[in-house]
Amino acid sequence: MVYLDANASEPLRPEARAAVLAALEAPGNPSSVHAAGRAARHRLETAREAISARFGTGTANLVFTSGATEADALAIHGLGAGRRVIIGATEHDAVRAAAPDADILPVDGDGIADLDALERMLASGPPALVCLMLANNETGTIQPVAAAAAICRRHGARLHVDAAQAAGRLPVDLATLGAASLALSSHKLGGPAGAGALLLDAAAAAALAPLIRGGGQERGRRGGTPPLPAIAGFAAACVAAGDAAALAPLREAAETAARAAGAVVIGAAAPRLANTACLALPGVAAETQLMALDLAGIAVSAGAACSSGKVAASHVLAAMGLGELARCAIRVSLPWNAADADIAAFADAYAAMAARLARHAA
Amino acid sequence: MRVLVAMSGGVDSSTVAGLLHEAGHEVIGVTLQLYDHGAASARKGACCAGQDIHDARRVADGLGIPHYVLDREARFRAAVIEDFADRYAAGETPVPCVRCNQRVKFADLLTLADDLGAEALATGHYVRRIDTAAGPELHRAADKARDQSWFLFATTRAELARTLFPLGAMADKAAVRAEAARLGLAVAAKPDSQDLCFVPTGSYAELVTRLRPEAAEPGEIVTAEGRVLGRHDGIAGYTVGQGKRLGAASMADGARQIVTAIDPARRRIVVGPPASGTRDVCLAELNWLIEPPVAPLRCTVKLRAREVPQPASVFLTAAGARVRLDAPALPAPGQACVFYDGDRVLGGGFIARAQAGAHSSISVSSTKLPSAAIS
Repeated sequence: MVYLDANASEPLRPEARAAVLAALEAPGNPSSVHAAGRAARHRLETAREAISARFGTGTANLVFTSGATEADALAIHGLGAGRRVIIGATEHDAVRAAAPDADILPVDGDGIADLDALERMLASGPPALVCLMLANNETGTIQPVAAAAAICRRHGARLHVDAAQAAGRLPVDLATLGAASLALSSHKLGGPAGAGALLLDAAAAAALAPLIRGGGQERGRRGGTPPLPAIAGFAAACVAAGDAAALAPLREAAETAARAAGAVVIGAAAPRLANTACLALPGVAAETQLMALDLAGIAVSAGAACSSGKVAASHVLAAMGLGELARCAIRVSLPWNAADADIAAFADAYAAMAARLARHAA
Repeated sequence: MRVLVAMSGGVDSSTVAGLLHEAGHEVIGVTLQLYDHGAASARKGACCAGQDIHDARRVADGLGIPHYVLDREARFRAAVIEDFADRYAAGETPVPCVRCNQRVKFADLLTLADDLGAEALATGHYVRRIDTAAGPELHRAADKARDQSWFLFATTRAELARTLFPLGAMADKAAVRAEAARLGLAVAAKPDSQDLCFVPTGSYAELVTRLRPEAAEPGEIVTAEGRVLGRHDGIAGYTVGQGKRLGAASMADGARQIVTAIDPARRRIVVGPPASGTRDVCLAELNWLIEPPVAPLRCTVKLRAREVPQPASVFLTAAGARVRLDAPALPAPGQACVFYDGDRVLGGGFIARAQAGAHSSISVSSTKLPSAAIS
């Protein structure tokens, strides 16, 4: 199988695997007073330091969660109380479902948030919490988050950034971005699933209200015994993940092959993650493309995967104004260990699929 | 060969997938999501997919075959549910399973089979395909109690040529369940579905009323001569041949009364003694699984899913066909009339609204509610 669905989950990095296995061998709860507890606490805090250092916040301001979905929910509920919530039109469901009544910040045809609109939306009304993802999961589009943060600061708004797809692929630094909070996911950067984090600036850290109180772990901000093996793997993956720039030539090759077979590259004019290509084959339903490629041994995805497994219409592509083309787009996302042979296999399978399915499109 | 299996999550189609996989074919499971399960069952928070899709995926995963869920909600709503409601509102008794097979399942899945390079489609229907030098024939299932050939009359010859029905030769449902158990399928003991899939509460009148409120407007129950015998609470609750829900009108002139016609324009239910009936039935939207006959065709016909075929002659007309029954019956407009030669399905059509003056007066017995039958 050729795995080109890294934005769904990155393959485990060997450094992460080693860290997970080491942590699995050691007993102990970081809250315990004995030697095993101290060893566990040391492992937990070492991981916290590594991740904090990597993404630009103090160790006091990192809350471990089960993943980015929980980190987004914690930010929205924990920082948004009493505030008007504004979210980007292409946000992940983790944000959309946590803020169902939010005002929507529109995007342009390449998926870039309209900052003039943000300025207008913030000009009046109560203080806001703005949620803007750093990089989109479906198109890889990179949002002008630092500029959005400056606007938010001027209007007394907090900015929460979902960096699940960007972390490990772009330089990401909370302070540089000027955001109040940042959501991370372990398995999106080559760690194991089951761990994530919410990074906070000092003001947000002081303001955060917990979702789960439990035993007071994470300084009372997230109850529950932390999953040490997952967190150890998460930290190791953060350290190992450089950025995805090296994947750019491979992505380029995949797009060139797809274009030759009749595809349109979505969001090509915008700054994008180097590993992500959103490819629309006009007239051919995305679900058919997924099935055909799966049967040819190529793992890609489309839209938002419903828990039923059906391919749902993409709200991201709809927000970009793609109309019917939105139903014909698949996402190819290269993992950190993608190789030339993977792209060659993809190119062959895509060309064969396009040739067979073009009959119906014609 | 590469074969697409339409998997509903029930024991029948799961067994088909298991048997074809065991026989060494490259099986691809496909489940159509036809309606929002959560909305249909009015269960807050229920998944749009529901238990059946979950079961289909578990069976496919257990067999180790690829499986895909396709969203066909919009298509199903337009092609089946809207038609279902329209026809009830027009005083007919539709067969949504035929429409679904005709307009959604076969057309869609055979196109998908082409797209995915699959040679055939297989379903869990209880019918037999028998291949002859002259082409494939559609026959009733070995298990006559389970036979679903009536529901598949609208399958075209081209569709039939590419579709497999591995359960058609099974002796009975127990044999299918035994195969499912032998194959280790988790659904081997799953109960059969009883209701129309998109009306899990069983109250199709409620659905029709929601979509076509006019079908729930009260009206009169009258005799063929126009004498008012009682009132009804919406024509959607009635079908030709029905003896229930007539209240005081169920007895008149010392005789039991049944529905003999529905007049949607005047919102009237017309009743008469069970002796009412007609020998002539007009059909529209014909489908032939043989070369369309030029001379009148002697055959047996089934006017409802669950009844014994009865002898008749079929005459082609400009609009479709006219069926001359040897003995009178109470055809319900909207239902199918399927032509048989023994076990073989020759073709069929949908029963059109009765022609004026076509009634005669000879006893018939069928009072079944056709919509209770599913496929």
